[in-house]
Amino acid sequence: MLLQGAAIFSALIVLALFGFLVYFTLPLFSEGQFMELFSWHWRPFHGEFGILPMIAGTVLLAISAVLIAYPVGLGICLFIHGLGPTWLARPVLFLVHGMTGVPTVVYGFVAVFFLVPLLRTHFAHGTGFSLLAASLTLSILVLPTIVLLINTQLQQIVPTLRMTTEALGISRVHELTRISLPTASYGLLAAAILGFGRAVGDTLIALMVAGNAAQIPGSAFDSIRTLTAHIALVVATDSQSTIYHSLFAAGLILFMTTTSVNLLLHQIKRRVYREEQSA
Amino acid sequence: MRSRFLSGLCSAIFLTFFCTLPAVSGELDQFTSLQGKIDIAGGTAHIPVMKDAARKIMTQYPRINITVAGGGSGVGIQKVGEGLVDIGNAGRPVSSKELSQYPQLISFPFAVDGVAPIVNPANQIINLNSAQIKDIFSGKISNWKDVGGDDAAIHIYSRDEASGTRAVFWKKCLSKGDIVESANIVPSNGAMKVAISQDRHALGYMSIGHLDATVKPVALDNVAPTQENAINGSYPVVRKLFMNTNGAPEPLVKAFINYILGADGATSITRHGYISLK
Repeated sequence: MLLQGAAIFSALIVLALFGFLVYFTLPLFSEGQFMELFSWHWRPFHGEFGILPMIAGTVLLAISAVLIAYPVGLGICLFIHGLGPTWLARPVLFLVHGMTGVPTVVYGFVAVFFLVPLLRTHFAHGTGFSLLAASLTLSILVLPTIVLLINTQLQQIVPTLRMTTEALGISRVHELTRISLPTASYGLLAAAILGFGRAVGDTLIALMVAGNAAQIPGSAFDSIRTLTAHIALVVATDSQSTIYHSLFAAGLILFMTTTSVNLLLHQIKRRVYREEQSA
Repeated sequence: MRSRFLSGLCSAIFLTFFCTLPAVSGELDQFTSLQGKIDIAGGTAHIPVMKDAARKIMTQYPRINITVAGGGSGVGIQKVGEGLVDIGNAGRPVSSKELSQYPQLISFPFAVDGVAPIVNPANQIINLNSAQIKDIFSGKISNWKDVGGDDAAIHIYSRDEASGTRAVFWKKCLSKGDIVESANIVPSNGAMKVAISQDRHALGYMSIGHLDATVKPVALDNVAPTQENAINGSYPVVRKLFMNTNGAPEPLVKAFINYILGADGATSITRHGYISLK
């Protein structure tokens, strides 16, 4: 009863949040400025309030961060579950657990003083504050999410298979790549989706490292601005202005993105559950 | 036994702390018969000066309570107009649109803040004329060699639309000209300093009050961006910092404004790198 109440309450909070965002975006509709949001230029003093560059920046950054972190994360998981020496498995897992506790600002800070100057001096193009710098930094942030999710899945699967595979004389590599990983496919998918969600939601790394130019990047060395960084940058403007209202639209898009990520994960979980039932 | 020792120690510390304070100045005397609450919000450049004053007043007169919040110039004007705070700070004059919405607003200018173009200390450039700066920020000039520097791309750093620093620089230095979309945007004067101090080929701008040896201010049309030049009017990229009240301020708020405008306020304003109007 109490739990049900709590569940309803938290659902109501989420709905209220959604309602507020829509409510604050409404002035844009009534003033006919809503379509202006879908322009490629953010030049508020010329009456252009396009947030498409920020949407593109967010998507590009999140995808590239996951693309960098995912193979590394998968590698770490395979290392833990048999490819590496057994005595190293626990310390590695411990390290990854520890990474979840590092405040985002520390990563951002290190990147500003180490990674950004490195990129600036070693590549002739750009200022160092770039899509590349941000995605490298962000990939470290999403790495533990990916590792821990895949690891949880493998922990359930590997022990049940190992006796059989060893009896059949199947090598570790074969066991992991041909049997365990395919069995864990939903977990692998969930890790990618959750990593993406985490990358989309991060504000500080993008704000500190990505350069925040509201443009479509021509290369990985160009500066980008994400939706989250955009909101953080612009939120202190005159609250009567269109600039201010456009932020709620940006918030709405972020909210819907993370909600869809959660719904997708829920779907995956349900499917896994159903398959376990039928098996 | 132990708790008695502790409480004794505490009161000793307490007494030393408070007995040394009242000797500071006579400017605080105007608060003697006053009590109540002052809420302040708005421009972030004002915060250090406001906090200084609030701390000094509150430690001597515990019956006075002063809160200082940020929010930005626009927020400050809106809040004081709506009666949510007693003083709304702004780094720009109240606009005509705002004045028609809140006709009671009274502005009290108390300090001047200049904004200087800055480069990395390793950059040999010491002067740029205003046409060059406009061309660089609009993207027409993109290499330092075109303005007499190294053969290297100019890395432009700017601020967000909510920044008062950007507003002054854009209006008085760039004459409201374009800023290229590829310019990096940093969220504060501090972040600007870090970015410029690390990047040899950077060009940015920041509040004169925040300048230090890690960055190099550039003269504009052969006028150095210094506090002296800002005071005598020869350096043009300056703004006034205002406190705004909705109608004539009540006695406590009036006393606070007088305190900021007085000698103690002036010392604090100068110490935080701004220029006192006194």
